[in-house]
Amino acid sequence: MYAQEVKTPSSRLRSRSDMCEQECAFQDKLDAGTKIEPKDWMPDAYRKTLVRQISQHAHSEIVGQLPEGNWITRAPTLERKAILLAKVQDEAGHGLYLYCAAETLGVSRDDMTADLLSGRAKYSSIFNYPTLTWADVGAIGWLVDGAAIMNQVPLQRCSYGPYARAMVRVCKEESFHQRQGFDIMRVLANGTEAQRAMAQDALDRWWWPSLMMFGPPDDASVHSAQSMAWGIKQDSNDELRQKFVDQTVPQSDFLGLKIPDPDLIWNDDEQHYDFGAIDWHEFYDVIAGNGPCNAERLGARCNAWSEGAWYREGLKAHSDKQRLDRKAA
Amino acid sequence: MSGASSSASPWPLWEVFIRGQAGISHRHVGSLHAADAETALCNARDVYTRRGEGVSIWVVPSAAILATDPDDHDQLFDAAQSKIYRHPSFFEVPEEIGHM
Repeated sequence: MYAQEVKTPSSRLRSRSDMCEQECAFQDKLDAGTKIEPKDWMPDAYRKTLVRQISQHAHSEIVGQLPEGNWITRAPTLERKAILLAKVQDEAGHGLYLYCAAETLGVSRDDMTADLLSGRAKYSSIFNYPTLTWADVGAIGWLVDGAAIMNQVPLQRCSYGPYARAMVRVCKEESFHQRQGFDIMRVLANGTEAQRAMAQDALDRWWWPSLMMFGPPDDASVHSAQSMAWGIKQDSNDELRQKFVDQTVPQSDFLGLKIPDPDLIWNDDEQHYDFGAIDWHEFYDVIAGNGPCNAERLGARCNAWSEGAWYREGLKAHSDKQRLDRKAA
Repeated sequence: MSGASSSASPWPLWEVFIRGQAGISHRHVGSLHAADAETALCNARDVYTRRGEGVSIWVVPSAAILATDPDDHDQLFDAAQSKIYRHPSFFEVPEEIGHM
């Protein structure tokens, strides 16, 4: 999802016999549904895994501003422009809620930024695809934010209090994002032939990358079991992916658009849609840095950081001066 | 690009408290970094009140907060568990008395 490749320090689920007394007490607390708060004792591996997951999630929100930000100046109406601006501002807000949750685990904001800019830290594969037309803004809201909601709703029950609370705020705002995207798609789908074609083209390009957002299939997801035992992850990647497909196909039918999957078919026995094979080579290739926009996205973040340095330093200098003036007075 | 952690000293962390509406108390909503208190207030407005969530904001330097230690939980809070007579439900009120 927004954190697709969260490695836990060991790929093996720790059993009770592996755990020290303190760790057993911690697991008891989780099993009883008690939330963990910043100053509580926690196993080092739990802390590290959360830092990885929350910071990847935060980086995704921040980098996620770029594909849509690309269209702010070219939105078709003033209203659409204002809406998109508000949406992109929300993404910045979501990044900040998450960085602040990660910081309660003892990692600094500047270190997390450094890890993003150096390429050490990951962000979601989905933001390495280009936004070629206005319909892409619609497809992102509808599909990408729709997939994000699917993942973030259960995270509101995550065992780590600050992360769960950040997710409550995020989820409240995310629904607006999905609806504005669907609204863009609906207008285009009911528009001229060219507008309909534009909507279909966006669906064609964003469908598979959206399914990849849920991360590797369960049998290749070696770190999931431990994250589930820790209450950091609630549902498996494949479960959420299936839920997303089942929810989205009727919406696409409503729009009169065709999902680009010849194997997509309703399975009456399972009461689910069966869908075609996902190209996991593409997924791992994008994660490894070879997607169509990886270099551009990271370049934009690096530029923003270095070109904003004078401003950050200016604010610091101003506050230092105010403090000195107050002392002198 | 210079490394992000190379900045001289990071902006301090501020805890943000928001009063949702007149009549209720300020409530902790999260934290943020800012160079000074005034900027922290401006940032808190942008980060935490984009949908009319507040009518008043406090920012407090995180470093100024002294908190209890979870290890002291038992000695601090367990004592209250044994004083159930502090709750009115401890006492039986005769039915004839009705509401008290």
